[in-house]
Amino acid sequence: MLLIQQLVNSLMLGSVYVTVAVAFTLTIGILNFLNFTIPTLFMLTAMVGWALANWGVPFGLSGPLPWPWALLIGILVAVVISLIIERFTFRYLKMKYGDSTEHAIPLVSSLGFLLVLENLVRLGYGTDAQRFPGPSADLTMTVFGIFFRLPQLASLIIVVFIVIGLTWLLKSSRIGRGLRAIAENPDAANILGIDTHKIVPVVFMLTGLLCGLAGALFAVNYGEVSPQMGDDIGTKAIAGMVVGGLGSVWGAVIGGLIVGLTEIMTIHFFGADTVQVAVWGLLLVALLLRPQGLFGHHAIGKGKL
Amino acid sequence: MSGYWTGILTVLAINIIFAYAIFLPVATGQLNLGGAGFQALGAYAAAFLSANYGLPAAVTLGAGALLAGAVGFLIAFPILRTRGVYLVLATFAFAEVISGLILNSETFGGPMGMAVPVFLDYQVPVALALVVTVFAFYLMSTRFGLMMRATHDDEVVADLLGVSVRGVQVAAFAIGGAFAGLAGGLYAHCFSFVEVQSFNALVSIYVLLYVLLGGTQTPWGPLVGAIFFTLLPEVLREVLPTVKLSLAWLLGLKGQVAAPGESWRFIILGVLTITMMVLRPEGLITRTMLERVRPGRHASARERSP
Repeated sequence: MLLIQQLVNSLMLGSVYVTVAVAFTLTIGILNFLNFTIPTLFMLTAMVGWALANWGVPFGLSGPLPWPWALLIGILVAVVISLIIERFTFRYLKMKYGDSTEHAIPLVSSLGFLLVLENLVRLGYGTDAQRFPGPSADLTMTVFGIFFRLPQLASLIIVVFIVIGLTWLLKSSRIGRGLRAIAENPDAANILGIDTHKIVPVVFMLTGLLCGLAGALFAVNYGEVSPQMGDDIGTKAIAGMVVGGLGSVWGAVIGGLIVGLTEIMTIHFFGADTVQVAVWGLLLVALLLRPQGLFGHHAIGKGKL
Repeated sequence: MSGYWTGILTVLAINIIFAYAIFLPVATGQLNLGGAGFQALGAYAAAFLSANYGLPAAVTLGAGALLAGAVGFLIAFPILRTRGVYLVLATFAFAEVISGLILNSETFGGPMGMAVPVFLDYQVPVALALVVTVFAFYLMSTRFGLMMRATHDDEVVADLLGVSVRGVQVAAFAIGGAFAGLAGGLYAHCFSFVEVQSFNALVSIYVLLYVLLGGTQTPWGPLVGAIFFTLLPEVLREVLPTVKLSLAWLLGLKGQVAAPGESWRFIILGVLTITMMVLRPEGLITRTMLERVRPGRHASARERSP
């Protein structure tokens, strides 16, 4: 029974990883860009939400907001920042300099954004972990002796709907077709009349939205936020993405769940200290034995970075 | 020399060696985001040998560098099979696994860290940094350096012209690993203490930024990058409080103005990174720039540039 309970817990934890992993996999699959600001956007949403719920809008424009509104504004902030990041990272991918490190430009400047945003949050909100005033923790349900927390159940359902919606968007909509064309060959897509400058920001909006949502769900479910919270989630989402295969949305879903399962089971059998070795060992082995992951495509991410 | 300046010199020397460690793989077109892992290997090897067997610093430093180099050589074969994003992730994962293993090992003190009995003053790291710098310049001027450049610029063409691309990459990765191990060993002896938290992912990120912002085309790049980013925080430490005070005076704020926090330094590093990538993504020091600066080559440089 305890084991089944742990399985349920890992599903809940995995759903947060899944959301962030899907954000990673979208930018890599479509733009061939490893976006290191994703964990920062995740953290930013939760911290902004916390600040709004705790202090209210800056400059005394309002008192403390109710937490759903605070998180909603947090998600909006993440989307806007993500668009700003697009302006300064991805637009410069196609530089004219004939050096093979040129494709590292977006990656490196996303590292720059990571430093700036994380330290701005530290400066503004302090470095300590804070309690998020979410819904009360005793909203629980017991089915056949298995213990569910309702917010976690709700977030799992939300995540499932998001992934289904995203698959539909990529498969059937006009924007999705444009995005897949860019993923295949940006130049050809441009020639065939796809406005890359209009459609690439969509990827970043989706990234901001997914990270914001994951951050909001994390704040509600675990009730604690801190400027460092993105680092851990980010690394685990990367591991999930690689295990599932770069560029595959469903791969990221399965991979995120596998990482959640690995983490909870490692804690269950070996204790909390070995989680890092287990998760990163899983990633290293996956990279060395099957770099394309479970569902990935051979061509993605192979170019010079 | 005051303790403050010797401290800065020590850090600077270690950073220069570390920057060359990352520069060598990057100069063959391989981004290595696992520098902290190799540094941790060297640091813990030196600390372990020094604390448990009382070996002299020369032996422990050499052993640390050798161990990190050997591990670099061994993992280079599987890791360099991966490319692009995968290579970045694989090196990153390698560093995390190393730090996780150390964190869980009783022998190395786990999260408590280890004290290192033998203390080295600033002369040793400075001398070794000089040696490493000279070696890197020499290496880049040899036929092997030319092969590294060729591999970096175009692997297929280099392969066609008879360069053993895989061999060059593995060699550069392994030598880089050994340098990182040396930097780690120096860190252990100069600060008399190692703990795994000081070799975290951010350290790998910083050192890669030093190298990329300095420029990866010539061995001047990592040198300039490491010097600039080691001294920048020190300069900012002096300048920032003044800036903040004068801003407060201009805005007419009264009362005590708090000293600016550590975070500002990282924000400025981040902003500089973003600006550099926008304006000069190939790094501060480039080959063309050196050709212009060098005396006697003005004419040829001017002829070639349109």
